[in-house]
Amino acid sequence: MITLLSTWTFGAALALVALGVFVSYRLFRFPDVTTDGSFTLGAVCATVLLVRGHDPAVATAGGMAAGAVAGIGTGLLHAVFGIEPLLSGILMTTTLASVNLVVLGRSNVPLAGRATLLERGEAAFLPLARAAGFGEAAGEAAQLAFMLVLVATAAAILFAFFRTNLGTAMRAGGDTATMARALGRDTGMLTVAGLAISNALTALSGALYGQLQGFADVQMGIGMVVWGMASVFLGAALVGQTRLGGALAAAVAGSITFRLLVATALRAGLHPDWLKASTALVVFAALVVPRLLTRRPQGSAAR
Amino acid sequence: MLDVSAATVAFTAPGGPVVRAVDGVSFQVPAGTFVVVIGTNGSGKSTLLGSIAGTVRLDSGRIAVAGHDVTRWSEQRRARFLGRVFQDPRAGTASSLTVLENLAVAARRGRPAGLAWATTRRLREEAAGRLAAIQPGLETRLDQPIGSMSGGQRQVVSLVMATWHRPEVLLLDEHTAALDPAAADRVVKATARLVRDQGLTALMVTHSLEQAAALGDRLLLVHRGRIALDVEGGSEAPPLGRGSRRPLRPPPPRRPARRRRRPHPPRPLRLTPA
Repeated sequence: MITLLSTWTFGAALALVALGVFVSYRLFRFPDVTTDGSFTLGAVCATVLLVRGHDPAVATAGGMAAGAVAGIGTGLLHAVFGIEPLLSGILMTTTLASVNLVVLGRSNVPLAGRATLLERGEAAFLPLARAAGFGEAAGEAAQLAFMLVLVATAAAILFAFFRTNLGTAMRAGGDTATMARALGRDTGMLTVAGLAISNALTALSGALYGQLQGFADVQMGIGMVVWGMASVFLGAALVGQTRLGGALAAAVAGSITFRLLVATALRAGLHPDWLKASTALVVFAALVVPRLLTRRPQGSAAR
Repeated sequence: MLDVSAATVAFTAPGGPVVRAVDGVSFQVPAGTFVVVIGTNGSGKSTLLGSIAGTVRLDSGRIAVAGHDVTRWSEQRRARFLGRVFQDPRAGTASSLTVLENLAVAARRGRPAGLAWATTRRLREEAAGRLAAIQPGLETRLDQPIGSMSGGQRQVVSLVMATWHRPEVLLLDEHTAALDPAAADRVVKATARLVRDQGLTALMVTHSLEQAAALGDRLLLVHRGRIALDVEGGSEAPPLGRGSRRPLRPPPPRRPARRRRRPHPPRPLRLTPA
């Protein structure tokens, strides 16, 4: 029971990566590999701030802000210097590999018993979890509830934002840049803003993930962009083509389902070395199976 | 009012000569005039339209819209004055957004986007009214993704988007070329109606002489980057070029070709520069 709840909590934390990838890849069609670096950046900055004695909320927000800056960097490489999306992300995430190591000081730093945002959330939701009859697992249930509330809040804010004039213009710019420019929108700057939002969410996920596992590691972000895509595609495969709200919910559901699949596979005897390969396999399956079922024309699955 | 003076756009083919796609073109479009630009493929008409829209930079010359020198303005900045409809319906509308959301983006043309709700009830009512006036039935599809609509319907919505706020100049880039004849006819009618109702100044690139005659007040024939012919239609308009006194009309129906006894060599086409 405790393991299951904990698995879901990690899945919920990673749902923020899925939301971030949804913004960059689905709304802006920008395959942003900055995700790998900004996830670590969020964890690294939050950990360093926590270790230095800052408030957990401030530390988490600091990690998130650092992610936004990384996203802006990638966006500017693309919008101002005209570098291709994939290469912009690679340049930024390569830079972040050094930045993360410099900020953290070494490759792995434990939180060493510092109070975390998760513990604060757990304390807030504990009475509710006890009342719901979780007994021994009340702590884990409270953490999961807190994380789900956080993710739901993030998804609700995104949903509201992308229905404002600015958000709608951003979606329009991501969908059809010619149309947005003809209507007076600077699509380059809209992409920069979109990547800032996307990487802020990813870094927030990293900050929370680091606090969940109790340490930050410079390697922890490797493969995160694939994880995010797997979640988005899996969610879309589960829920189908829907509007903005449904697609956001699908990304969250995809992440939690995916985490559960991974945990089940590991318990069933999958060697951890094969974890990344199975992630890629899930992305492949989530892309291809719906296409086979609906017999859509070739090349339409990635959108 | 649009003022193009000595506009030149040159391209250099790799290892090849410099090609002047637009070669010192000058013309003015007074307010309320519908100008049709025709020309063969590669004549430079699309480059000319692009240089007005801001997608192609001038090498020399000047472009002014409504008294503002926009030569160095970006495409998105020029959008303050320009309404544009593209040849490809997919280029002028965002497929994944609903019809109403597309119109909401158009309703902010020339204004800061801001954080107010995009699709308000007021916008919905106004959108329904405008669409119903131009093509009855479209107003029932406000909440559908525009990608689910036909090309012709998308072009009509595109027209409504481009003219939501009255543009100083409406630029139409072969906007019926990708449509079947029936849809093209509906789009031409919608264009004529919007232009007439709003008293718009418009510049349309087309291959169709029939459309040129139906919509245009004035015809520019672009050939090898220059205006080869500038014909003003309408009996009240002053003649500009040789043989331009008659109003523009669709060409008469073609008679079956008669057999000629003696084939004679083709005469070279002589065009009078404007």
